[in-house]
Amino acid sequence: MNTPGNLPRMDRRLAIQWMFTAAASVALRDSALFAAENAVAASAKPKGYGRDPSMVKLYQPGDVWPLTLTEPQRHTARALCDVIIPADDASPSASAVGVPDFIDEWISSPYPAQAGDRRIVLEGLKWVDDEAHHRFDKTFAELTSEQQSAICDDICHPAKARPEHKPAAAFFKRYRDLTAGGYYTTPEGMKAIGYVGNTPLATFDGPPVEALKHVGLA
Amino acid sequence: MPVITADQLQDSYDVVIVGSGAGGGQTAYALTMEGVKVLVLEAGRSFDPATEVAMFQLPSQAPLRGVSTPDKQYGFHDCSIQSGWEIPGEPYTNASPEPQDQFRWWRQRMMGGRTNHWGRITLRNGPYDFKPRTRFGAGFDWPIGYEDIAPYYDKVEMLIGVFGTNEGLENSPDSSPGVLLPAPKLRVGELYAQKHGKKVGAHVASIHRAVLTQAQDAETVPARLHPKNAKARGILAEHMRSRAPCFWATDCHRGCAIRANYDSQTVHLRPALATGNLDILPNAMAREVTIDRQGKATGITFIDKTSGREGHAAGRVVVLAASSQESVRLLLNSKSNLFPDGLANSSGKVGKYITDSVSSSLGAHIPAFEGMPIHNEDGAGGPHAYVPWTLHDQNRRGELGFPGGYHLEFTTGRQMPSMTTLNGIDGLAGGGATVYGRQLKEDARRYYGCNLGFGGQGTMLPNEGTFCELDPELKDQWGIPVLRFHWKWTDFEFNQVRHQQKRIRELLEAAGGKVAPKSEAEMFKTMKPGGSVIHEVGGAIMGADRATSVTNQWSQTWDVKNVFLADGAPFACTADKNPTLTIMALAWRMADHLMDELKRGNL
Repeated sequence: MNTPGNLPRMDRRLAIQWMFTAAASVALRDSALFAAENAVAASAKPKGYGRDPSMVKLYQPGDVWPLTLTEPQRHTARALCDVIIPADDASPSASAVGVPDFIDEWISSPYPAQAGDRRIVLEGLKWVDDEAHHRFDKTFAELTSEQQSAICDDICHPAKARPEHKPAAAFFKRYRDLTAGGYYTTPEGMKAIGYVGNTPLATFDGPPVEALKHVGLA
Repeated sequence: MPVITADQLQDSYDVVIVGSGAGGGQTAYALTMEGVKVLVLEAGRSFDPATEVAMFQLPSQAPLRGVSTPDKQYGFHDCSIQSGWEIPGEPYTNASPEPQDQFRWWRQRMMGGRTNHWGRITLRNGPYDFKPRTRFGAGFDWPIGYEDIAPYYDKVEMLIGVFGTNEGLENSPDSSPGVLLPAPKLRVGELYAQKHGKKVGAHVASIHRAVLTQAQDAETVPARLHPKNAKARGILAEHMRSRAPCFWATDCHRGCAIRANYDSQTVHLRPALATGNLDILPNAMAREVTIDRQGKATGITFIDKTSGREGHAAGRVVVLAASSQESVRLLLNSKSNLFPDGLANSSGKVGKYITDSVSSSLGAHIPAFEGMPIHNEDGAGGPHAYVPWTLHDQNRRGELGFPGGYHLEFTTGRQMPSMTTLNGIDGLAGGGATVYGRQLKEDARRYYGCNLGFGGQGTMLPNEGTFCELDPELKDQWGIPVLRFHWKWTDFEFNQVRHQQKRIRELLEAAGGKVAPKSEAEMFKTMKPGGSVIHEVGGAIMGADRATSVTNQWSQTWDVKNVFLADGAPFACTADKNPTLTIMALAWRMADHLMDELKRGNL
């Protein structure tokens, strides 16, 4: 049987990865920013869904591990989601379809791949709120949409952003990716992007003639 | 006879099979239909495709939008449980720390094995693929030719249900008349590549996949498969009628509750159970093949994972179908005074000559697809087309620098959105800016579904530097010694990847795609590590000479005549075709021989 000296190689690698992630988050922890995390750490360490979860069950954020954003963080997260994907005549906003909950689920994930995003998002949300206070003396959520866009426009170009805005620009790109990914994977988002599958059909008739004409095939 | 627990094992079986996937399933089917009493040992748990697969669930109904995690390494809804590249407690090792010398090993610990989540691509090997030594002066000729296996390709295709077209291509063989189901219509991206690929000599054809595009012909197919066996015909007809044709939705990798695509349980094990001749013992991790004093196999010792206790399943014949490298591991771990280097290893070739498909990929944005009229491209839950290998003249003239060839598989279409659907949108729409707001919604609509990509899957011939052995120290959680892999690419594979990248680029550019130039280093970054295509085969190769191979042409080990292999282990190379169909055809052929030998009293 195994002794500590001959732990399976893959397990060891995984263990080191986990330890590294855990150590990094402890070392860099800002007690106010990561208040929720401290609360979680005090109780049981969250676990993943395991290697044999029910695949047919319908899950919602918070079902498998607890969500950890504080209420002020959630306000900012929601506002920023809706700047990125606002409602229009054809489709709802990101917050209307639960994207902030998804982002909370993502950054609260017990898996190592999301640990980096936790830092980026929590620090980024703080930056956005600090910037709103600094410029307009309000929280980001309280700003007009013009004021919100003014801040986002400064951080929406990772390559061209001013040096002091670089970390915020990296955050904005990541947050946009999470918001868009979260949105377009919902039924409303799929409708908005033009995905009309996932429905049983009696026959598969191939592309309609207008699609073939569009690319010069008919 | 049913799915059983360890305390319900019978005293002895005619045949004990290790593994319930494509090879084990096909073997169990062929044997039990003819009245042979069979036990299948499966290391994973029972799994019910009818109630456990997630077909219509959306990413937003899964944790983390269904992205892959260490617990579900192909994503949440992929039909694989307790499976992965890395399984806690079940390690393997690589001898070299060099990145390009790594072997990655996917294990699928569940009833039906890897057949639960594969792409259902079922291409036949062609005549050249069995004779690489004759044709290219490298690798080893198989002791069989295409004509030996062709009847079994027909039989397997009729049994499992395969759609496709007969194209009359060199070395990508046609099926016999009436065997294939109708091919589905091609999607826009597939048709577009078909038209524009001609400019660069790429032939886009309907692919062959194990998906029912119409109900199987339960009147005539059973009679063609079992002409002399009324009971088998009745059972098969009933099971064929219980399979619904594809309803043109949901990804085949998620599994299929309506039985429209092939998996081992649905197509092989259900009718096999209905014969009354099959027991299946799940949660049984095989440890070694046991032998008697005469050197004949007597059965399998296994760990019952539900109790942690060791058990023994006795049989007159043992068939290993545990996946190629698990079967190799079983042989190497079956050491005795008679077989000090592992079972059936007098040649020293057990573990040698592992190969995988040679694979790299490249994709591009196709401007012509922008603003495409909205329509449903789900289709048969996977590709409808592929680009078969046709450059045989260049092969013949020795112009390519590598033997064999590769086929190209498509990535295209208006697929169900995922977390990566908008990757690259900033480069297309925003000039590098992070697009947001109303513009993001407009651009998402405009650019969604505009990607076209291809992945090559090509020939790999065996080499002396690519093999496995028992790790001298490490054991798994059951105390079973694990495998240590050695992986070496040769210039053949590097040359092939260069060619794949050049050819895919030409094809994408012919379709109007812009592909940024790539350095050699960047090109090789897209080359998948050994094992990553999950087409690893070999390790107990068949041959005509017992000094240089592990089995004869019947996948029967030279040294122990009542031990057979029914997975990819006897493959003497990887062709430019996916291996699963060939695993099944070889298994059925092996099973017929096994029964002949049983009847003759030779086993």
